[in-house]
Amino acid sequence: MTEMNIAQAVNAGLATALEDERVVLIGEDVGTTGGVFRVSDGLLARFGPERVIDTPVAESGIVGAAFGMAINGLKPIVEIQFMGFTYPGFDQIISHVARIRNRSRHRFTAPMVIRIPYGAGIGAAEHHSESAEVIYAHTPGLKVVVPSTPYDAKGLLLAAVEDPDPVVFLEPIRMYRAIREDVPDEPYTVPIGVAELVEEGDDVTLIGYGAMMKEIGAAFELLTASGVSVEVIDVRSLVPLDTETIIESIRKTGRAVVVQEAPRTAGFGAEIVAQIQEHALFSLEAPVERVTGWDTIVPLRRAEKHYMPSTEDIVQAAHRTLLS
Amino acid sequence: MFDTPLQRLTPNGDLLGESPLPLEEIRRLYQAMLSARVYDRKCSVMQRQGRLATYAQFEGQEASQIGAVAALRKQDWVVGTYRDAGAMWFHGYPWVNLILGRTGDERGGRAPDGVNVTPPSITVGGHMIHAVGTAWASRIKGDDSVSLTLFGDGATSEGDFHEAMNFAGVYKTPTIFMCQNNGWAISMPRDRQTASKTIAHKSIAYGVAGALVDGNDLLAVYEVCKQAVDRARAGEGATLIEALTYRMGPHTTTDDPSRYRTNEGVEEWAQKDPIERVRRYLESEGAWDPAWQAEVESEESDRVETAVSEAEALTPWTADEIFEGMFAEIPPHLAYQQSLLRRRP
Repeated sequence: MTEMNIAQAVNAGLATALEDERVVLIGEDVGTTGGVFRVSDGLLARFGPERVIDTPVAESGIVGAAFGMAINGLKPIVEIQFMGFTYPGFDQIISHVARIRNRSRHRFTAPMVIRIPYGAGIGAAEHHSESAEVIYAHTPGLKVVVPSTPYDAKGLLLAAVEDPDPVVFLEPIRMYRAIREDVPDEPYTVPIGVAELVEEGDDVTLIGYGAMMKEIGAAFELLTASGVSVEVIDVRSLVPLDTETIIESIRKTGRAVVVQEAPRTAGFGAEIVAQIQEHALFSLEAPVERVTGWDTIVPLRRAEKHYMPSTEDIVQAAHRTLLS
Repeated sequence: MFDTPLQRLTPNGDLLGESPLPLEEIRRLYQAMLSARVYDRKCSVMQRQGRLATYAQFEGQEASQIGAVAALRKQDWVVGTYRDAGAMWFHGYPWVNLILGRTGDERGGRAPDGVNVTPPSITVGGHMIHAVGTAWASRIKGDDSVSLTLFGDGATSEGDFHEAMNFAGVYKTPTIFMCQNNGWAISMPRDRQTASKTIAHKSIAYGVAGALVDGNDLLAVYEVCKQAVDRARAGEGATLIEALTYRMGPHTTTDDPSRYRTNEGVEEWAQKDPIERVRRYLESEGAWDPAWQAEVESEESDRVETAVSEAEALTPWTADEIFEGMFAEIPPHLAYQQSLLRRRP
């Protein structure tokens, strides 16, 4: 066991993955500088420039070349610097990476991981604060995971590398160095498609993922202190979504608050709410609450706080469900 | 540089300089070009009969496609487009798969095991970088396979062309970029596609080798491709080849070229037909006779007919099967959706 933060846990996961000779890490500045967030620090020295590849600034080229490597037997891990920079490479992800298994009927597959730091909260420049996870979740053929803890970051990364299909691996920027915990030194995986029941309770279920788990954790403390019995689910995997864990919880608590940092309309939270009403409508004691970002561009540093869903928003939403 | 395209056979079938191939091999490639044309014409007819969905003819480009693939080894990669059926087939992709694809059936996209031919790219330009990736992977894995990507003049205007060429240049990947400049991107003529004097010139900026070749000349295409393949295999990097050819037919069976071009170009290029000039050469060498030609054409016609029958005899996907291509294992949410579809009356 070593105590580490999320950035270090991803680094440890990458180092473990690179022990497999089929794995390459490819992206802008991932080698010499160790990535803009230093997540790949030290890997170039350990695995060499053939396996840890600094590329020209060209997201479509990076994803497309990695795709070519993947169909020819490698297991590339792509790093996109920020979610807002993914769009030039998006055609490759949607039109090729996500489709090749189907369009070649399993003859070619793209067992690759696309790592994308995402989310706001660090006062970054424009285009550096996006939470566009739902676009990936909406694209048939991709799996989408979002760790919120160091343990899950390493375990989900190794599961994503092992997975025979392309996995979009979202790293909450704000959480990279926010929390530390013991992470096993040996390889392990956290299964894709399994949510984590973080806290057990009876009155209301708080559901979220990624950076929002920090706000949810704080809301849990406040609500618990005020005598509410709160259940907390970290979704972890958007696709496949562990609907069962969510539904089981709603059947028990009858109340839910779904939290996402992304804009409100057609966000992933809406999918969770839809699943709840499809499968557990008659267990509900109150309308499901959504706490989300707004349908606005994420404001720059000085006004960013107005965008971010807060602990207080979650607490209030939970109380509203408890009024019914 | 790139002032005149390399030519080995004149349109009259006269050999210029040395032939890069022995006569017997030229006969084999001639036969392959004939087969490709039989397939291509049959598909157009079957489309008109309503048996195939939209079809993109490649008539006129047979030398570019067969000549390029002739320079490859079996283990090499071919990454092409919807207009590259001749190249795909000659590298081992069966007619029946190509036809299946055109009947509207994804199973056509599955190359046989051991045949490294990707399903044809339908979006324009995104596939060239894949041939950089496959070539790069070959090198990392320590095998000496090379990757050939085929595309048209239109694709060179896509941003992805730049990224693919740039990566190939920077990493010296064993990739052969085969641009079949057929003069037209649907209605857009070559001279409005780029202000570059030739497409081959673009190789200079990317620091890769370049070549301009008569794309209707089987021997010349083979020669430049063989040089590019040898260079790639030797670790000397990528080559951009511009093969000057002509799209004799419409863009696809849904297109009406009379809206944007006269028949002049077609008539002019008909005189430079890639198959006829090899026939003349073979005849002058005493290696062609009409009986052999008729035999090849009829055999190939039968083969394509059989492939069509096989494709048409295949039962269409069941409702279940549309879910089966998405992931290695069907995840729960898809299994659930599958159960909903099963219940559909």
